[in-house]
Amino acid sequence: MNTQSAAFPAPSSLQVLPGTERAQAAYPYYMQFTAADDARFWFYNSMHFPEPMSAFDMVTAEAAYCALGSSTTRVHCLPTTLGIDYRIINGRVYIGGNAVTDPAEIARRTGEFQQRAFYYYGNWERLYAQWREKMLALIREAQALPKLELPEFEPLANVHSGRGIASNHQLLETYQKTLEGYFRMWHHHFEFLLLGYGAYMTFFAFCKKAFPEISDQTVARMVAGIEAEIFRPDEELRRLARRAVELGVDAEFQEGRTAQAIMTALGTRGAAGREWLEELATSRDPWFNINVGDGFYHYHRSWNDDLSMPFAGLPGYIARVKAGESLKRPIEKLQAQRRQLIQDYRDLLGSEEERQAYDQMIALAHRVFPYVEGHKFYCEHWYTNLFFNKIREFGTLLAAHGFFAHEADVFHLTHYEVEAAIIDLMTSWSNGSPPRGPERWPQIVSERRAAIGEWAKHSTPPALGPVPDVIDDPAIVMLWGITRESLDRWLRATSDAGSRELRGFAASSGIVEGPACVVRSVEEIARVRQGDILVCQITNPTWAPIFQKIAGAVSDIGGSMSHAAIVAREFGLPAVVGTGNATSRIKDGQRIRVDGGRGVVTLLS
Amino acid sequence: MGAGAHIAWFDEIGLGDREQVGGKGGSLGELTRAGIAVPPGYVVRTAAFERFLESLEREAPVRAAVAALKGDDLESITACSRALRGRMEEAELPGELLEELTAAHARLSAGTEQPVAVRSSATCEDALDASFAGLQDTYLWVRGVAQMLERVRSCWASLYSVPSISYRLKHGFPEERVAMAVVVQIMVDAGTAGVMFTRSPTTGDRSVVTIEGAWGLGSAVVGGEVTPDRWVLGKITGEISVREISDKLIQHVPAANGGVEAVAVGEERRRAPSLSDTQLQELSSIARRVERHYGRAQDIEWAIDRHSGAILLLQSRPETVWSARDAAPIAKPQQDPLMHVMSIFGTRRCP
Repeated sequence: MNTQSAAFPAPSSLQVLPGTERAQAAYPYYMQFTAADDARFWFYNSMHFPEPMSAFDMVTAEAAYCALGSSTTRVHCLPTTLGIDYRIINGRVYIGGNAVTDPAEIARRTGEFQQRAFYYYGNWERLYAQWREKMLALIREAQALPKLELPEFEPLANVHSGRGIASNHQLLETYQKTLEGYFRMWHHHFEFLLLGYGAYMTFFAFCKKAFPEISDQTVARMVAGIEAEIFRPDEELRRLARRAVELGVDAEFQEGRTAQAIMTALGTRGAAGREWLEELATSRDPWFNINVGDGFYHYHRSWNDDLSMPFAGLPGYIARVKAGESLKRPIEKLQAQRRQLIQDYRDLLGSEEERQAYDQMIALAHRVFPYVEGHKFYCEHWYTNLFFNKIREFGTLLAAHGFFAHEADVFHLTHYEVEAAIIDLMTSWSNGSPPRGPERWPQIVSERRAAIGEWAKHSTPPALGPVPDVIDDPAIVMLWGITRESLDRWLRATSDAGSRELRGFAASSGIVEGPACVVRSVEEIARVRQGDILVCQITNPTWAPIFQKIAGAVSDIGGSMSHAAIVAREFGLPAVVGTGNATSRIKDGQRIRVDGGRGVVTLLS
Repeated sequence: MGAGAHIAWFDEIGLGDREQVGGKGGSLGELTRAGIAVPPGYVVRTAAFERFLESLEREAPVRAAVAALKGDDLESITACSRALRGRMEEAELPGELLEELTAAHARLSAGTEQPVAVRSSATCEDALDASFAGLQDTYLWVRGVAQMLERVRSCWASLYSVPSISYRLKHGFPEERVAMAVVVQIMVDAGTAGVMFTRSPTTGDRSVVTIEGAWGLGSAVVGGEVTPDRWVLGKITGEISVREISDKLIQHVPAANGGVEAVAVGEERRRAPSLSDTQLQELSSIARRVERHYGRAQDIEWAIDRHSGAILLLQSRPETVWSARDAAPIAKPQQDPLMHVMSIFGTRRCP
C-alpha cells in the first residue's frame, strides 16, 4: 500500500487568517506549530473543542493533556503510547499521539504497566471510593476560596490580629490556587480513565468480533450503569415536577415563562410555593452543577448559573405527572433487561470457551464503568463550573477597575496574562497609581474577540500531515474513536458537501421525520417545540429535560458512547451524533429525516 | 407408514429419515414436527426411485452405464445423459407405484385441483446436498395428477443431467448410492416470498437474522431474477438495523398452463417494501424457533400466502459457509482475567 498517496495538508500550509495574527500569537509558544511538526500526523480535536478556543479557555487543553500524558506515559506506563501533543491555530486545537514502536521498549513498559494498571484494576472499588473523597475535598477547597475584595483600607481586624499580609496579596494567592486546583482536578480526571476505557474497549472489541453487526449502542447497554450520577440532574427535575403537582403549584409552570418569573410567582404562593423553592435549593446543590456543554468552554454555564435549561423541561414533566405518570425510572426493570441482554448474547456465542472469556471481560467492564460514567459529573461539570465561575469573579473585579468592559472579557486573556493583570491591579492598589491594564487590554480583547468570530466562520481541515497506515494508539482510539477508516471518510468528506445526506454515529435507533430546530446555545432552548428534531453542536445529559419534547436528535459532536446517546436511548428517540457539521448544513425549520439505526440524516426540503 | 412403502407424509418423518426422504423432505417433516407451518404434502421416498430404476435396469443398465464414463469425456457424458433421461421420462411406472402416487395426490388435493410443487430431495449428506442444490429441479404450479407424475419423473431424470453426472464423476461419488426422493406439496400462492438466514451471510454474525424478500413467488428471489429487498434484524434487540428497499422490476406469478412466468411489477409497488415491520418480526421469530429446533444456524425459504397472509416455510437447510470457519475461539478464558486488557493496551497492529 502506498502510504504517501493519502495525506492531509501540512501544518505549515495552514495560514493564520489575515488580521488575526496577533490573536494567534497570544497563545503560548509551546502550542504554536513549527516546521518540525510537518512530519507528524495531527487531527482536529473537534470532539472536545468544536469551536475556536479563546485565549483563557486553552487552559483546559493544557491541564487536560498534561494530566492525560502523565497517566499514560509515567503513571500507568501504557506499553504502546506516551501522551498527547497539542497545537493551536486559528483557535482550533490539533492533537497528535506519541507512539512507542520499539518492541524492546514496549516489552519494558508492559512490565511496568502490569505492576501499575493491574493494581488499579485489582483494587478498583477501594481506589475509586478514595477518589471520590479526594474529589469532594478538592471541590470543598475550591468552594472555600475567599471572595475577591480590595478594600480601600486593610480591615482593622487584620491589622490588629497581626496578619501581616495585605488584601492585594490574597488576589494572587486565590488566583494561583484556582489555577492550581484546576490542573490538579485534571490529574484526578485521568487517574482511572484510560484504564476504565481500556477495560470497556476490551469487551467492546470482543463483542464486535463475535457479533460483527452488533450496534455500538447494544454493547453500551450491556455495560452502562442504571444509577449513574449522570442521570441524577434529570431525575431531580422529575422529582421537582412531581412535587409541584403534589404542592398544587404546577399552574405556575407555563411554557415560555422565564425561570425568574416562575420563581417570583412561587414566592407569592405562600407555604406551598416556599416549600417548592426549598426543594429546588436541595436539588441545585449539587445536582444542578451540570453544565450545558462538556465543560471545556467558559460560556458553557451550569444549570445553576442559568436556570432556563432545567425550567424549560418542567412544564413537560408536569404535564406527564398530571397524566398519571410517575416519572420514576424503572430501575429494577432496567436492571433485569440489562441482565437478560447480557445472557441472550452470551447464549449466542460459539463455544463454552468464548462464554467464559465473555464472562471475564464483562465482569471487568462492569467493575470499571461506574468511574467512566461518574467522573464527568465531578470533574467536567461540578469542579469546572466552580473554576470558570471563580475566573469570572476575577473578570468582574478587573472590569470594575476598567481593565475591560465586561466580566467575560477576562477569558480573552491567557492564564498568564490574567495573572499579569492581577499583579498590575495589586500594584496599583498598593502604590496608589492607576493600573496600566485599562490602557492595554480593551484593545487586545476586542481584537481577540473579532479573531474568534473570524475563525468560527471558517472550517478547518479535520487532520494535518501524513496519514498513518494504522491508528492503534489506544488513547486515540478510545478517547476519540479515530481509526484509519474515519480518516478515509474525512478525506472523502470534502467531495460530499453537495449531498442531501449527513452521516454520523448511529446513537439510538428508529426513524423519524420532522422540522429541525437548530439550537446553537442554551439561550435558544426555549424555541424548541413539541415534535421538533433537535439539531445541536454537542448533546449532553443536561439537555435531557428537552428530550421529552423532541422527536429526534442530531449533533455535530459525540460518539455512540456519549451520554447524549444514552439519554436518547432512554427516551427511545432516534439520534445521530457526531455528524461533524449538522448545525451548519441543516437550516432552522428544514424538514429532515433521522435514521438513528444507520446513523444517517437526510435533508428533505 | 401411511399409504405404503413409497409415500411418506410430512408429519410421519423427520431428519432421521433423510436416507429415505432426502434432505428437503426430512427438513419439511422436521419443521412440521417442530410446529412450524409448511405447505402440506408428502414425500415420494427413495424406495420409489429404486423401484422405478429396478424396472429400468431390467431393460438395460443405468448405473453401470454412468459408472463406466470418464469425468473429462463430455461427449460421452452428454450422449449417456440424453439416453438415460429419455428412458426415464418415457418408461411406464410400475403399477403399484402408480397407484400409490395417484392415491396420495387425491388425498393431498382433497378433490380440488390445487396446484402442487414438485421438488427433488437429494439424499447426500449436507455439504454435498448444498452443492447439489442448484443441480436438481423444482417444478412449480403443477396441475393435475398426470402433470405431477411427469414432474416426479423429471426430478428423477435430473440426477442424470450432464452437470449432475459430471459432478458425481468428478467427486468419485458411487452410483449405487445415488438416489432421490421427491417432495410434493401444495403450492403457496405467495404475495411475498424470499429467503432468510439465521446467521449473516456477509459477516457470519449469529446475533442477526437477514431477510430477503420480493413480490410474488419465491422462485424469482432464489433464481436471482429480481434484486430482493433486504433487512437485517437483531435477534435479541429486534432492532431493524438495515433496510434496503430495491427496485423490484419483475415478479413471478403462476402461469395459466402450469409453471411460473415473470411479469412486470406495477410502478407503485416497485420501490415499496415487500414486507411490513410486523411481518419482519414474525419471520425473525420463526427463524429463531427453527434455529433453536435444529441447534444450529439455518438458511430458510419462506412464502406468505397471498390470500390468508399465513407465513409458510418451504425449506430450511443448515448454514454451511460460516459454520465451517468456526475453528478457533475468538478469545479464551485467561488464568488472570486482567490479561484480556493486553489485547487493547499491549500490542501494536503492524500494517
